[in-house]
Amino acid sequence: MPQTIVLVGTRKGCFVLESNGDRRDWNVRGPYCESWPIYHAIYDAESGDIYAAAASEWHGATVWRSSDLGETWESSSEGLGYGEGESAPKLSKISGLTAAHGRLLAGVETPGIFESRDKGKTWSLFSTLDGMPGREGWNDPANQPPGHLGLPAILPHPDEASHFWAVVQGIGIFETTDDGASWTPRNKGLRADWPLEDPSVGYCVHKLVMSPVDISRMYQQNHVGMHRSDDGGNSWNEITEGLPTEFGFAAATHPHDRDTFYVIPLDGGHGRTMPDGKAAVWRTRDAGSSWQRLDQGLPQVDAHLGVLREGMAIDREDTPGLYFGTSTGQVFASVDEGDSWDEIASYLPAISSVEVAQVA
Amino acid sequence: MAELHLPTTLLPLFPELPRQLDVDAPTVDAALDHLDERWPGLRERLCERKTILRPHINVYVDRRRAELDTELSEGSRVDVIAAISGG
Repeated sequence: MPQTIVLVGTRKGCFVLESNGDRRDWNVRGPYCESWPIYHAIYDAESGDIYAAAASEWHGATVWRSSDLGETWESSSEGLGYGEGESAPKLSKISGLTAAHGRLLAGVETPGIFESRDKGKTWSLFSTLDGMPGREGWNDPANQPPGHLGLPAILPHPDEASHFWAVVQGIGIFETTDDGASWTPRNKGLRADWPLEDPSVGYCVHKLVMSPVDISRMYQQNHVGMHRSDDGGNSWNEITEGLPTEFGFAAATHPHDRDTFYVIPLDGGHGRTMPDGKAAVWRTRDAGSSWQRLDQGLPQVDAHLGVLREGMAIDREDTPGLYFGTSTGQVFASVDEGDSWDEIASYLPAISSVEVAQVA
Repeated sequence: MAELHLPTTLLPLFPELPRQLDVDAPTVDAALDHLDERWPGLRERLCERKTILRPHINVYVDRRRAELDTELSEGSRVDVIAAISGG
């Protein structure tokens, strides 16, 4: 029987939650990766490998790999760096991993993309998006943490290996159709509540997702508002109305319906937790024209939960399951498209990422 | 020979790496190169951008704070410490 596994990246290692086909009973394994801080753990369906992007305060950034669903792990950072000495940009963190078309791509901080074609054993610099508007300022140490100027997400085209989108924090979305040889900003129509020197960039994109059934349909949770694109990211329309806040990080698209989409609104100040201490996921079934609050089974008293940009995932079952992990170590799951929820892990370390996969 | 002591956090990363070992090297830098030959990738875990000790890695030679270019003598004790770094 196929298993469902949920990969949970936490402040203290990677965990694997596993269930049989009904997705009701869950077993928690971990912590893995020697309890290094994990920023994004993914499953590569092509190879069956798990990869986990890590950054240790002591020992730097690396990528862990397991080829046996988490039982054993090895790590490598060979080639993950910008060069020698003080003049080279510092690679402080691997923010996001993508496996597609036979290779791994890693988005890193200071902003750049590295690739591996040998299952993460060795890496090489793929692109730093040179030539994009304002690019010369991205590596300025003043723009590094706490500004967190990194490259947290790479969204691959499902069929075209040389075509993908990259998100640079605080800058926006960039598209390449020639394997990184050239890039185009894709931020038209986005809102910015701050001055922009160049209107093509300067947008704070928190999460970019694409409908698996219609790649022209994209959604994004932005620092200021929810947005939808009907033309593959070439232009954006705001769909915030009906949501309790315009701020949030996590988002997920329905695997079979281009108009159904999930977000987790958060208070946008220092707290960045669910409004009023009441946990909820919000769903649209009409591409953002209206929104429904989904909270059955979620805590509604003193539940000051945060969920980060990679903190929600959706599986591809006929009735898809939703999963999200919190900054306080809970994982919640729904097997009825968000109508009701169960807590499937309660006391994990602070969660950075949640991904789901079906394995044989 | 210098007597080198490593942080326990390195041991799970490199098979058969001992907590303590003797190294014949003229400087801390050379000692790390020596270790990296035997355990590839080890230097990367202690240095960033090849030539800079990581911010929370402290090295002491004979109980005095050291840098990569600190010279080693016969019988020097080298302590590599993963310093306090959050909860």
